Amino acid sequence: MLQATILVIVQTIVLLAVSPFIVGLIRKVKARLQLRRGAGVFQPYLDLAKLFRKQPVVSSTTSWIFTATPYILFASTLAAGLLVPVFVSQTPLNFAGNIIALVYLLALGTFFLILAGLDAGSVFGGMGSSREAIVASLTEPAMILSIFAIALTAGSTNLSTIVHKTALLEGIVTDPSPHLMALAALFIVAIAETGRVPVDNPATHLELTMIHEAMILEYSGRYLALVEWAAGLKLMVFLTLIANVFAPWGIATSVEPATLGIGLVTYLAKVSALALLIGVIESMFAKLRLFRVTDLLGVAFILALLGLVFFYVLRG
Amino acid sequence: MMSVLLAALLTCYAVGVVLPACLPRRPKLQNFVAHGLACAAGLFGAALGMVGLVASEPLTASISSSIPYLSFAVRLDPLAAFFILTISVVGFAASMYAVGYVTEFYRRAPIGLIGSLFNGFLLSMTLVVIADNGFFFLIVWELMSLLSYFLVVTEHEKADVRYAGLFYLIMTHVGTAFIILTFLIFFQEGGSFSFETFRHPEQPLPEGMRTLVFLMALIGFGTKAGIVPLHVWLPYAHPAAPSHISALMSGVMIKTAIYALVRVYFDFLGGQFPWWWGFVVLVVGAISALLGVMYALMEHDLKSLLAYHSVENIGIILLGLGAGMIFLTYGIKEFAALGLLAGLYHTINHAIFKALLFLGAGSLLYATHTRNMEEYGGLLRRMPWTGVCFLIGAVSIAALPPTNGFVSEWLVFQSLFLSFHIPSIFLKLMLPLAAAMLALTGVLALACFAKAFGISFLALPRSSHARRAGEVPVPMRVGMALLAVVCIVLGLAPMAVVPLLDRVVSPFAGVSIEDKVLALDGWALAPVNVEFSSLSPPFLALLLVVLSMVGFGLVMAFGGLVKKRYHKTWGCGINLTPRMEYTATGFVQPIKRVFSTIYQPTVKLETEFLEESRYFAKRRRFEFHIEPVFQKYLYDPMVVFFTAMAERLRVVQAGNLHLYLAYIFITLIVLLLIAV
Repeated sequence: MLQATILVIVQTIVLLAVSPFIVGLIRKVKARLQLRRGAGVFQPYLDLAKLFRKQPVVSSTTSWIFTATPYILFASTLAAGLLVPVFVSQTPLNFAGNIIALVYLLALGTFFLILAGLDAGSVFGGMGSSREAIVASLTEPAMILSIFAIALTAGSTNLSTIVHKTALLEGIVTDPSPHLMALAALFIVAIAETGRVPVDNPATHLELTMIHEAMILEYSGRYLALVEWAAGLKLMVFLTLIANVFAPWGIATSVEPATLGIGLVTYLAKVSALALLIGVIESMFAKLRLFRVTDLLGVAFILALLGLVFFYVLRG
Repeated sequence: MMSVLLAALLTCYAVGVVLPACLPRRPKLQNFVAHGLACAAGLFGAALGMVGLVASEPLTASISSSIPYLSFAVRLDPLAAFFILTISVVGFAASMYAVGYVTEFYRRAPIGLIGSLFNGFLLSMTLVVIADNGFFFLIVWELMSLLSYFLVVTEHEKADVRYAGLFYLIMTHVGTAFIILTFLIFFQEGGSFSFETFRHPEQPLPEGMRTLVFLMALIGFGTKAGIVPLHVWLPYAHPAAPSHISALMSGVMIKTAIYALVRVYFDFLGGQFPWWWGFVVLVVGAISALLGVMYALMEHDLKSLLAYHSVENIGIILLGLGAGMIFLTYGIKEFAALGLLAGLYHTINHAIFKALLFLGAGSLLYATHTRNMEEYGGLLRRMPWTGVCFLIGAVSIAALPPTNGFVSEWLVFQSLFLSFHIPSIFLKLMLPLAAAMLALTGVLALACFAKAFGISFLALPRSSHARRAGEVPVPMRVGMALLAVVCIVLGLAPMAVVPLLDRVVSPFAGVSIEDKVLALDGWALAPVNVEFSSLSPPFLALLLVVLSMVGFGLVMAFGGLVKKRYHKTWGCGINLTPRMEYTATGFVQPIKRVFSTIYQPTVKLETEFLEESRYFAKRRRFEFHIEPVFQKYLYDPMVVFFTAMAERLRVVQAGNLHLYLAYIFITLIVLLLIAV
C-alpha cells in the first residue's frame, strides 16, 4: 500500500516535471532545424513560473465553467497519465481504468475545453471549439481500434498488463505487422490529439489555422499556466503510450531501486527521442487544411483496421 | 410485502386517474392532487422494484375475465422489477417537476385532464412490464400508446403538434400490428395467450416460426423503441409533448420496448438463437447509434436534439443486447450475461439522464418560451440550478467519467472487445468494428452536448427571451436535482447496481457473473477477468478530485493568492455583441461538411446587392437543409402507394346506403357458405 502510494506520487512528479522539458525540446529541435538558436529547453518552466505569478484577467461574459475548466483539464489529463505505465510496468493504478478509461478521461478534458472556448463569447473561441470537436470525433475511432489491435496480442485492455507482458516478451506474435500498423495509426492519432503539425500548429495565433490555441485564447495568468501544463501532459501521455506499448524495453518490471533507476533513464531517453521525431516532423510538413485532416485520420483508421485484420489472418 | 406494495402502487395511480378529473375546476388543487398521487405511487414503485429485484420468488397474481383467452395476470420477476424501478424513479422525479411545470398550462389547458392522463400513462407503463398474459399485454400496450398520444397533443391548437401526434399514432399502430402478429404466432402454436405457455410451449416452435417471431418482434417493438429506420416519428412526437411527458416518453416509454425485446428473445424463445439474430440486432444498434447522434448534431431545437439522442442510446443498448445474443449463440454464457447486463445498465442510465435533460429543456422552455437553441445563451448565470443539472446530464450522456453513462458504455465496449473468443472470424472483425462505431458515436455525442450546453448556457444571451430568463420554481429544481444525484450515484456505485442487474440477467444467461464482474470487494469492475480489463469509477472520481486539488495546490504554491481582474472579451477593437458569437449552426458546420455523404446538405445563399454598387450587400438570405433520407426514400413512397390504393378502393365506397346493405348481405352469405 505504502509502496503503491509512493510509486503513484513519484509518477505524478515525473509526469509534471518532465512535460515542460519535452515541450521545450520540441521547440528547440524546430528552432535548430530552422537555423535559429531558439530558446533554451528549460524555457517552458520559466514561462509557467511567470504565468503562475501574473494576475489573471477573466472575461466578464464568462461563467464559472471558464475558471473551473483549467482545473478539470489538468486533473483529467494527469489522471490519464497515471493510468499509463511510465517507468515501472505495473502501475499501482492499473485497477482504476483501462485504455477506454484513458481515452474518455482525455475526452472529459476536451469537453470542458470546448465549453470554455465558447464561454467568452468571442468568435475565436467558438471557432477553435468547433474545430476541436471535429478533430476529436475523427481521432477517437482510430484510437480505439489501434489500441484494440494491440490489446489482442497481449490479451488485455489494461495498459499495465499490455506493457508488462510485452516487456517480458510474453504472448508476442512472431509477425510484428499488426503492431506496426497499430503503431502508425496511434502515431497519427497522437499528433492530431496533441495539436501538432500537420493537424494543428501550436506556435501560431492565426485565425485561419489555429485550433487548440483559439480555444484557450482568453486564458491568462494561472489559468493559462494550468492549461499549458495540461497540454504538455497530454503530449507526455501519448508519447509514453507509444514508447511503452510498442517499445517497453528497459522499463522496470519489478520494484527494485536498480531497475527503477534504469527504467527512469530509459524512459527519459525514449520520450526525448520521440520528441525529436515530432520536432523533425513538424519542420518537414506544412499544416494541412482543416478538411484535409479527415483524410489523414481516415488513413489512421484504416491502418488500425488493417492491423486488426492482419492479427486474425496471421493467427488463423 | 410485494403484493401490498403493488396494490398501493396501482391504487395510487388509479385514484390519480379518477380523482383529478372529478375535482372542481381549480387548477392548483387538481395539480397537487394528480402529481402528489403520482409521487406517492413513484415511491411505492421504487420500493416494489427494489424488493422485487432481491426477492427469491416472482410475485404472481391473476384475475380471470369472462372474455376468452384474456386474464388479468401479472408476474413480477426481476426483469419486470428492474423496469418498475426505472419507471418509478423517473416517474417520481417527473411528477415532482410537473407540480411546477404545469402552472404554465393553468389558463391554456384542463389541468385535471392532463393530471389524469399523466397518471394513466404511468399506470399503463407499469402494467406493460408486469403483464403476464399476451392479450392483457396488448391492451395495456395500446393504452400506453393512446394515452401518450393524448398527452402529445396537449397543445393541439398548434398545427405541428397535431401533425406530430398523427404521425406518432400511425407509426405506433404499425408497430402494434407487428406485435399482435408476434403474439398470434405464439398463440397459434400454444393455444393460449398466457406468457407461461409462450415460455414453455408443449412442442417447441418450428424454426421458421421462430425466425418470424424474431423479425416481427424487432419491427414491432423496434418502432416503439425508435430504431433506425423506424425512428422517424420520434423526433416529432417527443418534443411536441409537454416537457415532463417528453421526459417520460424518451426516458421510460421507449424502454418498455427494450423490456419486451428481452422478454421475447431471452425469455420466450429461451435464448436459442442462430448467430445472425444477434448480428442483426448489433447492426441495427450500431446504425441507430451513429445516425441518431449524427442527426442530433444538426438539430437546433433542443428537444428534437434530445429526441434524436434517444435513437442513439437505444442503439447503444441494442449493441449490448446484440453482443449478448451472439455470445449466447456460441454458448459463451458469461460474456452473454455481460452484454445483456451492459445493455440493461445503459437502459436505466439513459432513462435517468435523458429524463433529466428533457426536464432541463423544459425549464429552458419555461423560462424563455422558445425551443430554439440559437435564441438561448448566457443562461448559466441566470439559471444556475438548471444549468448545473443540465451539465450533469450532458456529461452523463456524453459518457464522460465518472458519470453513469460512462460506466455502462464502458461495459458495452468490454462486451464488444471480448469478441475474440468467438470462433467465427467474421464476427471477430465485426464486433470491434461496432466498438469503433460506438467510439465515434460517443465522441459525436460529446460534440453535440458541448454544443447544446455551450450555446444554450454560456456566453452572452442571444435574444431578449434569454436576457429576461430567470430560475424556475422550486419543485422543478427538485425534480431535476433528484435525477442529477441519481446519475452520479449510478456512476459511482456500480457495486450496488451490478448485483441487482445480475439477478435480472442470470436466469436468461444461465450463469451468475456478479463475482466475475466485480473485483476488489466491489470497488472495481473487471468484466469476467481482472487481467483483461478493469475500471474503478469511485476511485477515478476520487483521483479527479485529488488531482484538481493538486492543481490548486500548485497554483497556490507558485502564484499565491492573486485577485482576478474582470474585463470584457476582446472583440478586435469593437464591443462584443451576441451577434458576433459562434452559433450552433456554425459550430457543427465542419461536422456537416465532413459527413456530407450522410447529411446530403443543400445550402442556399441569396444576396441582394445595393443598386449603386455590387460591393455592398443589402440583404443576405442563408438557408440550409439536410436531406431527410428516410422520409424521402422510404416513407414518402409508401404514403404515395397507400394513398393511390385508397383512391382505387374508393370505388366501393359510393355513399349509397343500399349498396352498403348489399355488402353486408353478401358478406353474410359468404361467411355462411364457409361455415357450412
